[in-house]
Amino acid sequence: MRNLWIFISRYNAFFLFIIFFTIGVSLTLKNNAYQRSVTLNSSNEVVGTAYERLNVFKRYLNLGMVNDSLAAENAKLKTSLLALTTVDSAKDTKVIDTITNQQYTYLAAKVIKNSITLRNNVMTINKGALDGIKGGMAVIAPQRGVVGFIRDVSDHLATIQSLLHKDTKISVVVKKSQALGSLVWGDGNFNIKKALIKEVPNHIKMYVGDSIVTSGFGSFPKGILVGRVSKTNVATNDNFLSAEINLFTDFSTLQYVYVVKDKTAEEQKALESLVKPNE
Amino acid sequence: MNSRIIIVNIIRWFLLLFVQIFLLKNMGFYDLSTPFIYVLFLLLLPFGIPNILLYLLAFGTGLTLDAFYDTMGVHATACVVLAFVRISFISISLNRDAIDDPEPSLSYMGFQWFSLYALLCVLAHHVVLFFLETFRLTEIGYTLMRCGLSCIFTLLIILLVEFIFYRRTSR
Repeated sequence: MRNLWIFISRYNAFFLFIIFFTIGVSLTLKNNAYQRSVTLNSSNEVVGTAYERLNVFKRYLNLGMVNDSLAAENAKLKTSLLALTTVDSAKDTKVIDTITNQQYTYLAAKVIKNSITLRNNVMTINKGALDGIKGGMAVIAPQRGVVGFIRDVSDHLATIQSLLHKDTKISVVVKKSQALGSLVWGDGNFNIKKALIKEVPNHIKMYVGDSIVTSGFGSFPKGILVGRVSKTNVATNDNFLSAEINLFTDFSTLQYVYVVKDKTAEEQKALESLVKPNE
Repeated sequence: MNSRIIIVNIIRWFLLLFVQIFLLKNMGFYDLSTPFIYVLFLLLLPFGIPNILLYLLAFGTGLTLDAFYDTMGVHATACVVLAFVRISFISISLNRDAIDDPEPSLSYMGFQWFSLYALLCVLAHHVVLFFLETFRLTEIGYTLMRCGLSCIFTLLIILLVEFIFYRRTSR
């Protein structure tokens, strides 16, 4: 004990240093938020890393169980995939319109030739007369938006006169006010993302952002989204309102289209032909 | 004689801390070089001072500085380290029995001894100070640069002060 005391008093500088240094550092850690946070964080980091290592170990032990559950899930998914792939999705799908009792069917077709740079653009699809396509049928885009009309049909192929054509005119309505108009492209505007809605009666108010849908008066089913008004009050030389709309259809990336078959189209045509013009 | 030493040291303490807190605290070159002249007080304490008193004074001085710098404990720790270096250096470089000079100042000890003494003490103080302040090793280059540059600055001022109050003595 005495020796220890002598030892301590001989090296008192060092022991006093240890004591005061400890006090100083603890004061620093206690009173300075930054230093404290760094100390705590690094110790947390050490603990966290240790736990992570442990976890890796645990996961390794659980691998068998995880494997089994994954295999079971895989089998389930494969079964459901089988149910999907065996169905021919390119077959006729029926859309039953219960209000007007009309019946449209959609036929999916692949675009094999597309054109967007000309004044009058025509594209070709890989379905033709053998698939039941006839001239004048409406063609729509997969998600939303219109494409055009069937123009000429061969046995296996058909051409579409797209909306980007001077002769294409689609009957549309402003969704909010149900005001009738017609959709055309061109007329000084050759941007494939824009089109004009013309011949809207003057008393109708159109606002930017209004949805434009098909009217159902032509070959198109009623209510297919066409686009949104982007600019109102476009000056034209007639007594009707015109507006510029942003098309939903992106003609530049069109891969698949739906051809709309209208069951009553011929009946309607025959019936209407009985009415003589200028009667 | 003894009371004179005490009074001189008290005056020195107030003077150095005043200069440090009100003048040098606002000085610095690009946040890289900051002088800490107040350590001169600890360097110039008389040889005969007991270790415990030296540590207490160092700790107290550091705490006073901390109060003004809002860095609780950082300066105190650095000063304690300085005190330890001071004790070690004196006990190694000087014969304990042959010390008849009152204090380790430039006037008594000569330029060579004093500059080495000041360099070691200031270096230890600054290294501890800046590393405690930064408290991380990721910016070690920047911290070391601050240490070195501040050390040079502090040493320069300490030597300047010592030369101003230089008294030729008969050694």
